[in-house]
Amino acid sequence: MANKWNMIIDVANCDNCRVCFLADKDEHIGNDFPGYSAPQPAQGHNWIEIERNERGSYPIVDANFMPVMCNHCDDAPCMKAATNGAVKKRDDGIVIIDPLKAKGQKQIADACPYGAVSWNEELQLPQAWIFDAHLLDDGWKQTRAEQICPTDVFKSIKRSDAEIQALVEAEGLEVLKPELGTKPRIYYKNLHLMTQCFVGGSVVTQINGVVECVEGAEVVVRKDGNDVGRATTDTFGEFKVDKLEKNSGSYQIEVRGSGGSLSQTFEVEGKSPYLGVMKLS
Amino acid sequence: MKFSAILWGIPQAMRTVAAIYPEFSERLKEKNITAQFRVADKELGRWIKLNNGKISSGSGIHEKPDVSLIFKNEAIGASFLTPPFDQLERIDAAKNFKIGVEGPDDLAVWFMALLARLETITWKAGTDMGNGVMRYTNGTNGGPLFVYVKDGKIIRTTPIEFDDTDAQPWSIKARGKTFTPPRKTTLPAHGICQKSMVYSKERILYPMKRVDFDPNGNRNIQNRGKSEFERISWDEALDIVSNEIKRCKSVGPGAVAVANGSHHQWGNLGHYLSAFNRFWNLIGVTKLVHNPDSWEGWYWGAMHHWGNSLRLGASEPYGTVEDCLKEAEMIVFWSSDPDATYGFDGTRRRSWAKELGIKMVHIDPYMNHTAAHLGGKWISPKPSTDAAFAQALTYVWITEDTYDKEFVEKRTTGFSEWKAHVLGEDDGIPKTPEWQEAETGVPARDVRALAREWAKKKTYLGAGGWGSGVGGACRGPMGVQWARMMTILGAMQGMGSPGSNFGNLQFGTPLDFNFYFPGYAEGSMSGDLAYSANSANNYQRMPHIVTMSSVRQAIPRIYLPEAIMEGRAMGYLTDVASVQGQFFPFGYPSPGHVPVEMLYKYGSASFGTMVNSNRWVKMYQHDNLKFVVNQSVWNEGETKFADIILPACSVFERWDISEELNVGPAYVHHMYSMCNHRVINMQHKAIEPLGESKSDYDIFLALSEKLDMGAVYSEGGQTELDWCKRVFDSSDISKHISWKKFLKKGYFVVPPEPEASRAPTAYKWFYEGRKKDVPEPAPLPSEYVNNFGEGLQTPSGKYEFVPETLGRFDDPDRPPLNKYMPAYEDPNKEAELADYPLQLLSPHSRYPFHVMGDDEGSSLRDIREHRVLVDGHYYLVARVNQQDAIDRGVVDDDLIRLWNNRGSIVCAAQCTDRIRPGVVSVATASAEYRPMGEPGKSTDLGGCVNLLNPSKSITKKSHGIKPNSTLMEFEKWTGVDTWKPVEPAAEIKEGAA
Repeated sequence: MANKWNMIIDVANCDNCRVCFLADKDEHIGNDFPGYSAPQPAQGHNWIEIERNERGSYPIVDANFMPVMCNHCDDAPCMKAATNGAVKKRDDGIVIIDPLKAKGQKQIADACPYGAVSWNEELQLPQAWIFDAHLLDDGWKQTRAEQICPTDVFKSIKRSDAEIQALVEAEGLEVLKPELGTKPRIYYKNLHLMTQCFVGGSVVTQINGVVECVEGAEVVVRKDGNDVGRATTDTFGEFKVDKLEKNSGSYQIEVRGSGGSLSQTFEVEGKSPYLGVMKLS
Repeated sequence: MKFSAILWGIPQAMRTVAAIYPEFSERLKEKNITAQFRVADKELGRWIKLNNGKISSGSGIHEKPDVSLIFKNEAIGASFLTPPFDQLERIDAAKNFKIGVEGPDDLAVWFMALLARLETITWKAGTDMGNGVMRYTNGTNGGPLFVYVKDGKIIRTTPIEFDDTDAQPWSIKARGKTFTPPRKTTLPAHGICQKSMVYSKERILYPMKRVDFDPNGNRNIQNRGKSEFERISWDEALDIVSNEIKRCKSVGPGAVAVANGSHHQWGNLGHYLSAFNRFWNLIGVTKLVHNPDSWEGWYWGAMHHWGNSLRLGASEPYGTVEDCLKEAEMIVFWSSDPDATYGFDGTRRRSWAKELGIKMVHIDPYMNHTAAHLGGKWISPKPSTDAAFAQALTYVWITEDTYDKEFVEKRTTGFSEWKAHVLGEDDGIPKTPEWQEAETGVPARDVRALAREWAKKKTYLGAGGWGSGVGGACRGPMGVQWARMMTILGAMQGMGSPGSNFGNLQFGTPLDFNFYFPGYAEGSMSGDLAYSANSANNYQRMPHIVTMSSVRQAIPRIYLPEAIMEGRAMGYLTDVASVQGQFFPFGYPSPGHVPVEMLYKYGSASFGTMVNSNRWVKMYQHDNLKFVVNQSVWNEGETKFADIILPACSVFERWDISEELNVGPAYVHHMYSMCNHRVINMQHKAIEPLGESKSDYDIFLALSEKLDMGAVYSEGGQTELDWCKRVFDSSDISKHISWKKFLKKGYFVVPPEPEASRAPTAYKWFYEGRKKDVPEPAPLPSEYVNNFGEGLQTPSGKYEFVPETLGRFDDPDRPPLNKYMPAYEDPNKEAELADYPLQLLSPHSRYPFHVMGDDEGSSLRDIREHRVLVDGHYYLVARVNQQDAIDRGVVDDDLIRLWNNRGSIVCAAQCTDRIRPGVVSVATASAEYRPMGEPGKSTDLGGCVNLLNPSKSITKKSHGIKPNSTLMEFEKWTGVDTWKPVEPAAEIKEGAA
């Protein structure tokens, strides 16, 4: 089986420094790579975009970022939308929108369910991140995003589809919008940071008339009587139980620690709930 | 070789080179000239005549040469002209009149540069990558990079990835793991956006004149910032500028003032401390004295407790990366966001700390980038109140008996007075966690939990951006109190013991600190011994001619507008030689000097960086300012507030040489220890200057020639490339790699220090009561009260809880005992502030470098956390609390107006829970100034948040800014500007007192 390109993106490592986003602009603005891509406009096109997702409420908050770009789908909607064979799938898995044949075909941009194909108004061209195919073909070992990323977000690997599937299983990798069946070649690690909720709280107790943080309290979160997550409070009495589905309804939480225990229910809607100061007695 | 034989050889060499190199033969055609070489003591010489590129030459003395090079005698002439050139000998000959030049200055410079080119034309730069692509190197404020060029155009820039021949990096073994940094450089956003800046639509490509400016008639000063510009020739521009310099000099000393930003494009030669200062020293100008920007609280406060004046009061950093990784159990990041502004080499090291399970705590009203990335406990005090929080920590340590008593007893003074104050024995107020809660909003329980954890665990205090000082809370109204508290915390937990120190892994990598390469603050070719660290190494290492301004007048930078508009300004010196140097006041005007009439602005976006910046706008339209030049690469907010605009080229269009993050001694010695590798690199001239732009050096050389100083300025026609070679020769790099190889490859990685001889850990010597053993030549020998190398730079030689030096001065805002004194803007105390319920933070951005990179054509503009595109304009982002936004009917990306009595701006809202309620954070990141109406008196759409910040000094008797708790309000933007400034009369008087 032929080896094909894939990219694994670890959401937990991305801190929105934007150098991948800018390296792509550096590569394409003002540069014509015949057969691969026409020049990107000076502003307004983000072929690698960074999505932002903040979770929680002040003061228990986390901020997460996720690079999103052309998924180089094996069953790409843009290919189906294209006429004239303007979008081609290379043997190595990379999808190229032909900068000549695609002229005027706005439907190629509109077809992408990930919003990853930009429309170049001036050139009348749909354009997207080309997996730096022109550089890989020229002997580069990695993409520019991977080269410049200071926090190891990206890992491009050329493997057989079977090997990738094994990796997906082993590392719990996910793709965006799997329900569409587009078979993306961009895989995500720790995607729950973008898609799921946590519950957090600050556990305290009163000792000699003074409020103190409770370290080491055991926290159990249950749904319909089943454990769905556990945590232990830290020095500041804080805990976080992650990976709760959005809009998943009501949960029970139980906290036991020095000073006593408590239990209560909470709802998970769109936003990660912060249960506030929880006093053990 | 005999002198006459050498002279005979020169035209031969010129013919040979012209035959091989078309560039040289073209150059010969530039001027028709007869040049004479001769000796002074007899009739001996040779002339060379160039006529339409043809060379003729004859022995003897020409009757009418255009230019003559005169040597005192044959021996001096022979030595001067025989390679390899001895630079010291050449300088000696020039300084002591052993050689001389006759003839028009510009012709002489041209001819001498032509002679120098005979050698340099054979030099080759860059790596051929095939397919017509050349790979060069260059340097930015964000680090060095590779620059790929094809057909005279930059096609890409990348980090520098090391090859097999480059030095291997260091490793640190900690708790069973081995950590080694990747073998490449990192680049932040403002480094990798540079190609877009080079080709930005806002590049200034031609000299320009304001259409209604007539130097000999009506100057229409009131129209600066409003009128359009027209293209003029370089010759006309240089004539106008040089004539104005001469006119001002005839008015009297000090009539010309020069203003530069704190930073320039990266590079040693092109830096303002080099080419710029050299020229202005030769003119004699009123200088702006920069306040210790970014070090405010450390310089004016912390320094008194522990010295470190040559680090502007910040901590020594050596060895802390290794010690932290090996020993520390917790890092407290206090107003510390290194991931925002210092590139990403340190980010890697902090990821190792996370991998080792070192606990992280972040104290900042905004959950900053570093906090968001690393995770850990976020504590969010109200802006400026952190000193109360810190005092309460010491209360817990004192009452629970968990501070380092042996250290306090042996290495410090004044603790009993401090302890009594904390316990409330002197003022009746114990500084309890509950006491601080009312001030800071931080729950008392969190303070107790942190204090106990800190006492239990070996802790690194990462205070400020670098962990060892700088930025953040030190530059607020109570920044002095805060920075002083940071040192008190360090002292109470025995700084210098294993795992207990200052740092956040940003500073102090185990590099070679003995390998010399100059940093930009060493002044490079400036010859300036007074206002740079030139005399420390550079002046001996790279012989060059001293320059010195004879004008003694100076203006405190913050109060330049007051100096111009009101004719007076008062400040205190930034003097790093001693602790007490900062007590010296200085004022404008100076005795025997005259008021400033001309301002030469270098770089052009200070409306974004200078506090209460509407003052600056008004200054430009004031009658007292007769003439303004702006020399700049880009057309930015301030540029058009000028009469003449001179187009400088970018660093990619000229030669320079530098080392990543090396600024030299005098304020941040060994600053490159923020890097994982010492990378010294050529800054190749990768492309020709765009349009008619010129390098700063060439602009100053051209102006020099108008004043017959070109030969002096350029030391006899030296070009930037010649100077690069001289810098190379002056440094230790020349012992490791040949010039030609270095020039071609473009960079050199300095091998790291072998593990056995790494620099010791900061303050370990002090903790253990030994002589100072870290490799910094500081303090100055005269600053030790004991024997050389013994103790700290304080009157006692010990850490002083109640500093004696502050007792020798009388600043009411800096009493020796570091009392908690609320000094933030308070609506309860000042009626005119009652309409402004929110507090403003104005940190640096992580995307532009200050405002560099925020050009209207820059690719940074598409970053949603920097600017948001609304109706065709990119608005700067304001981070507002989610609840505050809801209360005002504002959602993400809405345009909002932020204002107070001083200023009004429009931003795009980023609604977030990452900021405590009641606080707004807007980065000082705007290079644009776009007033809706009258400049200085209307709302700015560019987003210059400093329009809102106060200009009062951080303490009564100092010179420093204090933004970071400015009161303001915001509302959804209506599109109609109704804002009117309330004249800050009292404030202006403050600066001009």
